[in-house]
Amino acid sequence: MGHFNSEVLQRAKEVIALYPNPRSALIPLCHLAQEQDGWLTPEAIEEIAQLLDISPAEVAGTASFYDMFHRKPVGRYLVSVCTNIACMLSGGRELLEHVSERLGVAVGGTTPDGMFTLEEAECLADCGSAPVVQVNHRFFSSMTPDSFDRLIEDLASGKLSDTVPPHGVLNRVRREVGLQVPLDELISQRTAMSQAREERARAAQQGQEGRS
Amino acid sequence: MAITEAPRIVTAGMDIPDSHTLEAYLSVGGYEGLRKALSMNPEDVANEVDKASLLGRGGAGFPAGRKWSMLAPSQVRYLVVNGDESEPATFKDHMLIERMPHRIIEGALIAAYATQVMAAFIYVRGEFALGIERLQQALNEAYAYNAVGRNIFGSGFSIDLVVHPGAGAYICGEETALLESLEGKRGYPRIKPPYFPAAIGLYGAPTVVNNVETVSNLPWIIRNGGEAFSALGEGRSTGTRIFALSGHVRRPGNYELEMVKTTFRDLIYAPVLGGGIRSGRELKAFIPGGVSAPWFGPDKLDLPLGQDEVGANGSMLGSGSVVVMDDHTCPVRAAWRITHFFWRESCGQCTPCREGSGWLEKIMRRIEEGAGRSSDVDLLLDVCDNIAPELGWPPQQTTICVLGPSIPSSIVSAIRMFEDEFALHVKEGACPYE
Repeated sequence: MGHFNSEVLQRAKEVIALYPNPRSALIPLCHLAQEQDGWLTPEAIEEIAQLLDISPAEVAGTASFYDMFHRKPVGRYLVSVCTNIACMLSGGRELLEHVSERLGVAVGGTTPDGMFTLEEAECLADCGSAPVVQVNHRFFSSMTPDSFDRLIEDLASGKLSDTVPPHGVLNRVRREVGLQVPLDELISQRTAMSQAREERARAAQQGQEGRS
Repeated sequence: MAITEAPRIVTAGMDIPDSHTLEAYLSVGGYEGLRKALSMNPEDVANEVDKASLLGRGGAGFPAGRKWSMLAPSQVRYLVVNGDESEPATFKDHMLIERMPHRIIEGALIAAYATQVMAAFIYVRGEFALGIERLQQALNEAYAYNAVGRNIFGSGFSIDLVVHPGAGAYICGEETALLESLEGKRGYPRIKPPYFPAAIGLYGAPTVVNNVETVSNLPWIIRNGGEAFSALGEGRSTGTRIFALSGHVRRPGNYELEMVKTTFRDLIYAPVLGGGIRSGRELKAFIPGGVSAPWFGPDKLDLPLGQDEVGANGSMLGSGSVVVMDDHTCPVRAAWRITHFFWRESCGQCTPCREGSGWLEKIMRRIEEGAGRSSDVDLLLDVCDNIAPELGWPPQQTTICVLGPSIPSSIVSAIRMFEDEFALHVKEGACPYE
């Protein structure tokens, strides 16, 4: 028995089918694994390796390059506070201090109830509304200590469960159709179309020569 | 100079409710550019884009049409749209992805038709969860509308498009690193030459990589003609461009403005744009094009927002993001934070970048924290010189990609403009702004 449940496994196979080379599905599959488990477990790494026909070390070695893949459990809500230049100029560092105090954890830490993990983020690309916080990669902009406290209460009470799914759920919109045209067919289509264009151009030129 | 009456090209229709939906996009002429393109020869579509002289909007500013024409002949070729926006203080693509996803799809399809590629991918920064959902939703709608897939709009042209999420790595914005990442590997930039993926790209096949904002211009260019586009702006900087304004201004945000016709002063001070410096303070310095760019002082405010104009003054328009710092900003802390970023994001392949970023970060941190030494400024410049020899602009290359040589920009700028403040940190043993 594999580690992925049948729905995730089905989705994984659909994703793999989108790429000319299965290995391209590695990052999307790691996201799917985190959606199922909340983090990237060794069991998921094994299964992804099998699905892509590469070694678990290749999966782990690739995943470890990317900040969004967590090789250890994180809280239900991953709170990312940006302190890069635009946020820094608008109080991002002070906000991070407040968040750390409010949650009672240092950067990298998880609250004892497993609800919140705190991370210091690099620029999240929402600098017109600095300082910026993401929770499970959903944006909360122009944050103040007060608005952050309200955010934490709303998350804890479940008020924001529609906007902020549990950690690991990145994309709730499934691709509705697979690839429509196989590569072989595309190659012959392109060749035929370019030949037709060349013939038209030749015919047009001959027509012009005939008139002159 | 003033703010011109140039049309909005990439942000048009963004203010209507649910601008991300197909219905909203069709109400502003959505997919008409694609319909027109499909009625033309692919070469003629590419010619229009050449005439527009559209410079890439990702940061390097390479002409998009030329990128296409460099595509090596091959049976299999690919198009990749770069939506991995991560240059600090740049937030234009994020906005376009969330609010105008159909325009990106339409632009990608026009580019795919012009270059006759076999498949197209839109690589979206992983942290843009809502953006990924919106783009996937838009793509689902586009398939149902027959704007993508088999026999698009009955034209005989077919292509599939895939939305691909990243997973958090600044370096994947570099186009060869992005291709490695799309191949399911660590985001290591590839050794050059070949300098362009147009020769060897995705899976070794010739590949075009275009930025999100770049392709968002294509529907307008095809509908209105390349000459209408190049009539906007001046010189090599044609059309409009989104300027992402952040920091100590009253009205930070994204502003689409005609290239060259507007100045930094307009952008920062015009009441309908930046609205001036917050809290009645004075301008100390600004970064004209993302944190990889050298800083400017108030004396450069009247420079136009043009690629060559900024380049000739020792910096770059880069990703079009302008960071404003007021007179209460500690330049040491600002430059340290930027250095900290590069240190975290260095992929680690090349020694000057991997080691240099760490040393620079440590030295900058100790100065900011009050433990600096009087010899530290010289040491900083020496380390910077090892990464980008002679500290000129554009920087000399010692590494596989441009991340490394971008590291010295903020440090060298801060030292050249505010060396006395470095000395003050060392003398007082503390940050004077604390």
